[in-house]
Order: sequence, then C-alpha cells, then structure tokens
Amino acid sequence: MSKLSEKAAALLSEGTVGLVIGYEQGTHGTRPKFCRKAEDAATLILNDKCLNNIGGYLTKPELIGSGKVAVTATLAVMRTVVQLTAEHQLTDGNVIVLALDGDEVLQMASIDEIKKWLAAHPEDLSDENKALLSKLKALSREERWNFWINEMNKCIKCYACRASCPLCYCNRCIVEVNCPQWIKPWAAPLSNMEWQINRVMHMAGRCVGCGACDRACPVHIPLRLLTISMAGDIKEAFGVASGTGNIDGNVLSSFKPDDKENFIH
Amino acid sequence: MSETNQEFEPRIVAFVCNWCTYAGADLAGTSRLKYATNVKIVRFPCTGRIDFMLLLKAFEEGADGIIVSGCHPNDCHYTSGNFHARRRWTVFRGLLDFMGIDVRRIHFTWVSAAEGAKWADIVNETVADIRALGPYDEYKSIASNFEKEAAK
Amino acid sequence: MEQWLGSLIKSGKRVVAPVKHDDIVDFAVISSPAQVADDYVQTRLSAKQYVFPKAEVLFSYKKDGKDVTIDDVNTDEFPETVLWKLHPCDVAGLEPLGAIFNWDYKDSLYNARRAKTTLVTFACAASDEYCFCASVGGGPGNTDGSDVQVTMLPDGDALVELISDKGKALLTDDIKGETSSADGIDKEKFIAKVEKKFTVDEIIKKLEGSFSSPIWQEQSDRCLGCGACAYVCPTCACFDIQEDSHLHGGRRVRSWDSCGFSLFTLHTGGYNPRTTQSARWRQRVLHKFSYMPERLHVTGCTGCGRCSRACPVDMNLVEHLTEIASHE
Repeated sequence: MSKLSEKAAALLSEGTVGLVIGYEQGTHGTRPKFCRKAEDAATLILNDKCLNNIGGYLTKPELIGSGKVAVTATLAVMRTVVQLTAEHQLTDGNVIVLALDGDEVLQMASIDEIKKWLAAHPEDLSDENKALLSKLKALSREERWNFWINEMNKCIKCYACRASCPLCYCNRCIVEVNCPQWIKPWAAPLSNMEWQINRVMHMAGRCVGCGACDRACPVHIPLRLLTISMAGDIKEAFGVASGTGNIDGNVLSSFKPDDKENFIH
Repeated sequence: MSETNQEFEPRIVAFVCNWCTYAGADLAGTSRLKYATNVKIVRFPCTGRIDFMLLLKAFEEGADGIIVSGCHPNDCHYTSGNFHARRRWTVFRGLLDFMGIDVRRIHFTWVSAAEGAKWADIVNETVADIRALGPYDEYKSIASNFEKEAAK
Repeated sequence: MEQWLGSLIKSGKRVVAPVKHDDIVDFAVISSPAQVADDYVQTRLSAKQYVFPKAEVLFSYKKDGKDVTIDDVNTDEFPETVLWKLHPCDVAGLEPLGAIFNWDYKDSLYNARRAKTTLVTFACAASDEYCFCASVGGGPGNTDGSDVQVTMLPDGDALVELISDKGKALLTDDIKGETSSADGIDKEKFIAKVEKKFTVDEIIKKLEGSFSSPIWQEQSDRCLGCGACAYVCPTCACFDIQEDSHLHGGRRVRSWDSCGFSLFTLHTGGYNPRTTQSARWRQRVLHKFSYMPERLHVTGCTGCGRCSRACPVDMNLVEHLTEIASHE
C-alpha cells in the first residue's frame, strides 16, 4: 500500500475524518474516489494525471455531512480549498489536505500552511495556453466574434462547465432564475454566449484556473481561455491574482477609489 | 439592410443613475439644449444596480449603441455604488472584447446633475460614433432565430 | 458510394452525415461527399437532434392590442432528410424516442420530422471499449429500423441492403447500373466485433427491488450532476418548455432537459422529491432499464457508449451495469 493510502486509511480508522476524497484509476484515466472506510483507501493515487478538481465536492453537504474531511490535493485543489475558505464556504481546519512531497505525504490542516506550499510551487500558464491566448488576441474583433460564435454554436447547454467548477456552488444558478428569465435556457448561439458571459463574470477574481470547465465540456469549447483572459485583465487592472483567496473581498465586491478608469469619459 | 449610413438612425439605450445623470439630462431639457433624439433613457437608482445582462439584453432587443452613465467618483449617493460599477465594467469590457463583441458601442461616462451640457455632448458624440459604425446587425443576427440553425 | 451520396445531395434533400471538425466527429448537414468523416468510432452527439432538436418552437404568437394570433409550426416546411452513415445503434435510439413521443400523446412535431427522415446505416467497421450494443440487444451489423444498410468491403465495393420502401426509393437511377448481386457475401467478416458483457434480462431482473440498494450512492458519489450524459444520449427525451415572450409577441420553446440536474424535479411549492445525486442516478438507470421496458416494451439504451465517453468523472455505464448484474 502506498504511503498516501496508509495515511488516508489511518485518518479514517482513527476517526479523525469520516471521508477522504481522492483519486483512483478509472476505466479511462483517473477519476475521483470517495473513501468512507479504511479499506477504500487502498486504491488511492495522486499524480499529475489526476486532473479532476475534487475540491468542488467539499461544498456538497449531501456528500460531506458535518464531520471533518480529508482531500488529496493537487495544486489546483489546494487553490480551491484556499479560495472556498476565503469565501466562507469551508471552515479553516475542517478540511485536511493531503499532498505529496516526493514520496512523503504532507498533511496540511490550516490555510496558512496551504498558502505557503502554493507560494513555493507557483503554476504558470502552459505554453499551449499562452500561445492560444495570444493568437486569439491578435485576431481582429470580427475574427474573434466569428471564432466564439462558432464555438457557442456547439454548446448543448448540459452545464458540465458549471457542474465541474469547484467555485460554482450556488444552490440556484442565475440560469434557473426565471422571473424574469435572464438567460434563455435553451441551446442557441446567443443564449449560449450569454450563459458563458454570466458564468465567467461570476468567476471574476475567483477562478482558480484548474481548467475543469474546459475538460468537462463534451463538445470541446475552449472555455478555459475565457477565464484565463479575464484573470489577465484583472491582474493588470487591479493587481489581484485570481483565485488566491484574497481576504479583502472578491474583486467585484471590493474597490479602490483610484482604480483605473481610462475608458470612462 | 438597405439603409445607408447617412440615413441610418442609431437606436441608443442609456442606463443612467437617478441621482446625477438623470437629473443632468433633465437640466439639459430645461436649459433648452438641443441634442440628438436617438436615446431612450432608463433610470436606475445607482450605477451599482446596472446588471451587465441589461446591456446584453439591450443589444438583443435592437440597440445599436449603449450609454452607461452615473455619478463622478466620490459623489455616489450610496457612497460606493459607482466604484463597484467601475470595477464591473472594467472586467466586463475586457471579456466582451475578448469574445469579439464591439465595445466601441458602449460609452461609459460620469455626468453630474449640474452637467446638462456634458450630457447633450455625450449623446451627440455617441450618436455620431454609432452612426459611423452602422447598425449592430452582427449581434441581432444571432439573436433572431435558432431553428434555422437546426434546419441548416 | 460517393456518386450515390453526391446525387442524393443534388436531389435537394437535406443530407446529414458525420463530419470531423477539430478533434471531434459530429453529425452535420453536408454539401459534398468529401465532407463525410472516416476513421472514427462514434460521433460525440447522437443523431437525435434531427428528429428532436435541442431547441424547437412549438408555436408562436403575436399581440396587437387585445388581439392575439397564434401560429402553429408548419410541419410541411420540415426538410426531407437523409441521415447518412448512421451506426446501427443510432437507429436503435429512434425506437425508444418514437415510443416516448407516441406514448400518451402523439407528438406531431417529432412524428413529422421522423416521417421525413430516411436512415442509411453503415455497419460498424470499428468499435472501442466503450461500445456495448451487443449487451443490449443490438450489434454492429444490426439492420433493425434502418432503411438502408451499407457494409463497406475491403476492395472498396459496398454491400448495400435495401431494407424498406423508403430505402429502395433512395436508390437513384444513375447508380442502379453500378449494382450487382450480393449473393454469397458474408458481411459479418467485414464488421467490428462487440463483446456481450451482460444481458438486458439480467439487468431488469437485478433492478427489481433495487430501489433502496446502497449501490446507487456508491456508484454516484462522484457524479457532478451535469447533463452531458443525457444530452449526448440517443434515447434521452426529457424536455423543458419555456416561454420566449417579448412586447409584441413570443413563442413557446421546447428544449432538452436532464434528470441529472438538481432542479429537474423541483416543484413549484418548493418540494424536491430527488434531493440527492444518488436518487437522480438511480432514476437514470431505472428509467432506461426498468421503467421503459415495463411501460414501453423497449430498452432505453442502445449501447453506444456516448454517456461514458462524455462523462467528466468517468461514470462508466458498462462498469456500473456489470456491477449491478453481479450484485447480490
């Protein structure tokens, strides 16, 4: 049994936590794994092929119950825990983060520890994403419009982007608000685009950049580019790094009197 | 569209704050200032209340241009509504531009209750800009129908 | 085959075929035989959108003062459509769809689209580990429901089976001369093999009395509650009906919906009978393998494997059904 499995099994059998959320080998690639008994932990793995952001499960009371939970964490999951805690969705100390440092299992019980680890392990945009982003930004406005309308045409409104996003935890999403019906619930280019604009705007300054929305999309719309681009804008305009658990409030619920306003006459 | 740009009368929707720009527009009227008649004004309690979806809905329903106007920084009736709005518009504009929506069609301004003349100028400038850009058919074309897509 | 497809396109019918765009293959209207994709196992979405669009108008209305005029959709305007290069499992999906749309109410829009659709299947040349048609009563060379079935032969020739009158009507004059008798050709040699992993009867039996089983929660812990599986599924028919109302008129729209969504069963009064994802997952499996066989005498699954391919968290239906089949 791996050290990670042993650690998770120990936490469960000691009764420190009632649930360990981790990853196991699935039928194709890795997948989330829920361990409620020590023996469930035998198949746990944690490596760079673990791409689902399992931090999203932490806000689901039906899964978590009221006790302590452990989660085996990639950097994206750690960022999620930090951001969710800053948004008062998790109680600091209620989630134990298990990470790997080489072969050793690290157990982090506080946000400060996680933040320290994250600061020591910065993740930059991949070269592929940088290239795609600059390619799109170099296009004319009309070309960008055509690009996105073509993409939005593919959308089937399955909301896998929303369901897979660890920061989309509203009980009632804006698309389900129907008095008035802000966003048309059917799949059509305009309502698909309105949905994405809303989803992305609601991620402003909160997106942890895990790319879960993008990978979940069954029709392969490059959704990550929207949040990456927005995070860049926010960094430039307000100097705030997205999804880092900013304790001064989220970007859109805070302000500075001297924020730039070069577009306002 | 058979209209040429000379004949084209832009449809502009203005989302304005009750405490400043709305009163400023009133002042423009009582001062007998003449300015373009293309604007339909929608009054809000504060720019902080202007949801970005309202702007998208305006385009969907046929607007060619939009004005968003509120109180100068530090003059907000509710202290900070315009500061919050300013951040929202900064992020929103960036996202719209990235998606290829024409942000030149949205004019953001601060117009106080005393600035009737500025309001008249803003409207005239906006109408002239939008007249030069032409109707926003690009947006309307995707707003109209979806069953055609399915049948195509 | 290209010549035949070319003349079908020229005939003015709407021809829909699998087309590759970027990294995925999906059905699309084609204007040239060259657009048809090769070398793929399964389209990402099923072909159901051509009989049950992801969004469609049921009727529209105009208001003029107190006068309201209602316009029904003119089904005569639906185009005659040839669905080209379907797999046998795509056609299998139309049986449950047809049963649902003609159960207690005959759905005129579905039936009008279906009546104007001719189905040309290609026996599958390839399958993958997601495919399980053989376990749910189908097969890669199954002709049930097809109007025409084509089996590509290694020498470039094709075995064409004209199954229905609609299919026979599709054979255009210019290629009738290109045909010869197919006696003695064993098409099984040229098509994919799909292993049988369980039987539907087994599953139906196991599901009796399974309603309170802990298996539903065990299987669905990781389910995110999105609608990807339902929307790529060829037999999922749940829909929502919404108003698109404007100042001077509007329309009533029907669009796809999914039982996996948490608000799918939310009542106006606030009560939600399916509050957990496990209850929603149970509904999905029971609907396809218990309620539909019982009420509509048809299995709600074609074994196409699309749900498992689309799932972001590897909810693999074969794995889950096999587990159910072996569950005590």
